[in-house]
Amino acid sequence: METLYADEFYFLGLIVLAPLLGAIINGLLGSRLPRKVVDWVACGAMAFSFVFALISLQGLVNHGANYDGEDGFGPHLTYTVYQWIFSGDLQADIAFLFDPLTAVMVLVITGVGLLIHIYSVGYMADDPDKWRYFTYLNLFVFAMLLLVLGQNMLVTFIGWEGVGLCSYLLIGFWYNDEQKAAAGQKAFIVNRVGDFFFILGMFIIFYTAGTWDYLELHQMATSTATVAQLLPIAFPAGLLIFLGCTGKSAQIPLYVWLPDAMAGPTPVSALIHAATMVTAGIFLLCRLNWLITLSPALMAIIAVTGALTAIVAASIAIVQNDIKRVLAYSTVSQLGFMFMAVGVGAFVAAIFHLMTHAFFKALLFLGAGSVIHGMHHEQDIRKMGGLRKLMPWTHATFAAATLAIAGVPLFAGFYSKDLVLWNSLANTHVLNVQGVIENIRAMLPEDRLQELEVLLTDEVAAAITDAGGEAVEVVTWALALNWGVYLVGLLTAGLTAFYMFRLYFLTFWGENRSDEETRAHIHESPGSMVGPLSVLGVLSVIGGYIGWPHFLARYFPEGLQPYVLGLEHWLADVFLVADQYRLVGRFGESPYLPEAISAGAAIAIAGAGIFLAYVMYIKRPELPGVIHERTTRLYDVLMNKYFVDEAYDFLFVKPTLWLGKASYWFDRYIIAGLLVGGVAFMTQNLGQVLSNLQSGNVQRYATYITVALVLIFIAIYFGVM
Amino acid sequence: MAWVSTLGTYWEPTLAHFLLLSAAVFCIGLVGVMVRRNAIIVFMSIELMLNSVNLTFIAFARYRFEMDGHVFAFFVMAVAAAEAAVALAIVIHVFRHKRGVSVDDLQELKY
Repeated sequence: METLYADEFYFLGLIVLAPLLGAIINGLLGSRLPRKVVDWVACGAMAFSFVFALISLQGLVNHGANYDGEDGFGPHLTYTVYQWIFSGDLQADIAFLFDPLTAVMVLVITGVGLLIHIYSVGYMADDPDKWRYFTYLNLFVFAMLLLVLGQNMLVTFIGWEGVGLCSYLLIGFWYNDEQKAAAGQKAFIVNRVGDFFFILGMFIIFYTAGTWDYLELHQMATSTATVAQLLPIAFPAGLLIFLGCTGKSAQIPLYVWLPDAMAGPTPVSALIHAATMVTAGIFLLCRLNWLITLSPALMAIIAVTGALTAIVAASIAIVQNDIKRVLAYSTVSQLGFMFMAVGVGAFVAAIFHLMTHAFFKALLFLGAGSVIHGMHHEQDIRKMGGLRKLMPWTHATFAAATLAIAGVPLFAGFYSKDLVLWNSLANTHVLNVQGVIENIRAMLPEDRLQELEVLLTDEVAAAITDAGGEAVEVVTWALALNWGVYLVGLLTAGLTAFYMFRLYFLTFWGENRSDEETRAHIHESPGSMVGPLSVLGVLSVIGGYIGWPHFLARYFPEGLQPYVLGLEHWLADVFLVADQYRLVGRFGESPYLPEAISAGAAIAIAGAGIFLAYVMYIKRPELPGVIHERTTRLYDVLMNKYFVDEAYDFLFVKPTLWLGKASYWFDRYIIAGLLVGGVAFMTQNLGQVLSNLQSGNVQRYATYITVALVLIFIAIYFGVM
Repeated sequence: MAWVSTLGTYWEPTLAHFLLLSAAVFCIGLVGVMVRRNAIIVFMSIELMLNSVNLTFIAFARYRFEMDGHVFAFFVMAVAAAEAAVALAIVIHVFRHKRGVSVDDLQELKY
C-alpha cells in the first residue's frame, strides 16, 4: 500500500461509500434480484466497510507513530470529498475526520453492524420484503457512519437526521400493522424534538465561533486566547446539544420512543438500540468534550439526568413481561450510565461502556430474536422457560451477555460499569475552569480581569491552589452530587443484575410454560443466526480486557501494560483538553484502595441482585406472586412505566391535537371559508351580474354604447372630466 | 349664400341648422336601431344614420369650401349601396329560413 497523506486518506470515503452503494443497489434493483444476491450485496457492503475501517485504523496507528502534535488535536486522518457550502463566513465541506474516538465508533458500527446483517439473513429469511429491509439497514449504517465520521457539525447533523429517518423506516418496517407504524412515527417525532434543540445549539456555536469544523473549534477551546469566547456559550450551546442527545440517546425527558421502537424487527433493535443510533448522543458529547467541560453546571445536569434515567428505566424493567421490552428499558438504563460517565467527565469510561454495551446488548437482542424466532413470535417471558436444553447455543451466548450486563467480573460489562461507577465517585468534575475562574474573578481587582482571559489551561492548577478557601466551598455540593450519582449508579447496577437474571431464569430455566403446539416446534436457530451470536458472545467476554481497573492493572507484566489499559491510552489524546480542564481525582494520584472498595461494592451488589433473582424465580417461584399481592400499587406504577406516556399524552400530545383541530377549524372556516371562499363568492356573483349585461343582443349593446356616450358628453359638458 | 323666401324675407340657414337636422335624423335612426325588432326597419334606421352623417359631411364641406366632405359622402353612399345589397340578401334568406324577420329570433350563434 502506497503511503497516503493524513489529510487525503480516501479510505474514509470508502468506509461511508460501501453501505451507500449497497443501499442503492438493493433499493433500485432489490425487488428483481434473487434473494441470495440481496443478502450478499447487503452483507458484502458491510464487510467492505469493516475492512476499510480496519485499513483506516492501521493508517491512524501509522500516523500516530510520527505525529508531531502541531495542531494539538492528537493524531487524526481527514478526507475532504468536496467543498459543499462556501458562503461568506460559512464554509462546510463534505469532509471526514478519523481520530481514535471515531475509530472506536466506526469499528463498533461496522463490526457489530456486519454481524447483525449476517444474522438478519437468517432472521428475515421468510419475509417477502427482505430487499427493502436490507436497503434501510444499509442506509442506516451509512447515515450512522456519516454521523461519527463528519469533520464538521453539519455533516454530523446530516447523519443525525439520517439515522432518525432510517429508524422510522425500520421501526415501522411492517407498516401494515397500525401499531407498529405508529411506533415508527413516535420515534421520528420525539427525535425531531431533540433535533430541533441540536440545531439551535449548532446555531449558537456558529454565531460565536464562526465555524462548525471540529478541528477549528478544538483549536479555539485549547488556545488560551480564544477559549474566553467559548466560555459564555458553553452552557447554553452545550445544554441545547445535550437536549438533542437526550432525544437520540433516549434519556429523560425524551426516552419514551425507545421502548415503543421494539415494534421493528429484532435485529433492527439490536442495531439501532444497542450498537449505533442511541450511542450517537454519547459520541457527540464526547466529541465536544472540550466544550461541555467548560460548564460545570451543564456537566452536573448531564450526570444527574443520566443517573435518573438509569434508575427509572431499571425500575421499570423489573416488572415488564415482554422480552424485548425488558431489554429496551435496560438499554435506556445503560445509556443513562453512559451519560452519567460523560457528566462526571469520565469520557473514556463512557466510550468504554458504549463499546462493551454494543457487544452484550446486541447479543441480548439477537439472542432474544433467536428465542422469538424459535418460539414462533412469542415475546411474553411468562410463556417461555426451559429453553436451556432446546436452544443450547442461544442459551450459552445469552448467558454470557447476561453475566456481562450484570457486571460479573471477567465479563466485559464489569470493567466498563466499574470504571463508570468509580469515576462518578472519584472525579471532582464540578470544580473546573469556570468554577475556578469565577472564584478568581471574585478575588482579582478589575484591572487584572483582562489578564484573566489568557490565564487558562496550564495555569489552571496553580490558580486553583491560589484560590484555596474559595474552591473548598464549591467542592462541598459537588461532593454531595458525586455521592448521589454514585449511589444511584450502584443501586441501578444491582437492579440491572436482578432484572436481567429474572429475564434469563424465566426464559431459559424451569419448566416450559408454552402450549403443546408451540413447544413441539421450538428449535435452535440456523447457522447464520448462531454464528453472529457466538462472535458477540466472545466479544462480550473479552471486550472488557482493554480497560482493567488501575488497582489490578499494575499486577500485569510490563509488556502487557499498554494493553490492559489499552482504551485509556488509545483515547488519551482525544480527551486531553477535558482532562486539563478538570481537577485530578479526589482520592489523589494512585487511589488503589478506594478503587478496590468501589469495585468490591459493585461486585457485591451485582451478586446480591443475581442471588435475589435466583431465590425469587428458581428456588421459590411463588415469591413474586406474594410480593405482587403486597405491593399492588407500586407494581402498577412500574408496570405502567410511571404513567409517563399518559402524562406526555396529556401535556403535549392532547394540546397539540387541540391546537391542530383549532388550526384546522380556523383554516377550514376562516381562511378557506370566509377569505378564500368569500373572494370566490364575490367574483362569481359579480361575474353573474356582468354576464347578464353581455346578453348577445346587439341592440342592447347599442343602447349601452349610446347611454355611455350620453353620460360621457354630459360629464364633459359639466366639466367633470 | 341666401335666397329670397316666399315671405319676402331673407332666411339664411347656418351650419348649426344643418348639424341640428343631422343630429335629429341620427337620433331617430339610433332609436330605430335600438328599439325596433323588424330587421328591415333596423336596416332602414341604419341607412338613416348613415345619411345623417352624409349630411354633416356635406354641410362641413360647404361651410369650409373644400371637396373632402363630398368625397367622403360619395364613399359612404357607395359602401351603403353595397351594404344594402348584402343586408337585403341576408334578410331574404332569414325570412325564407324563419318565416319572419324579427331580430330576436336570431339567437343561434349567441351561446
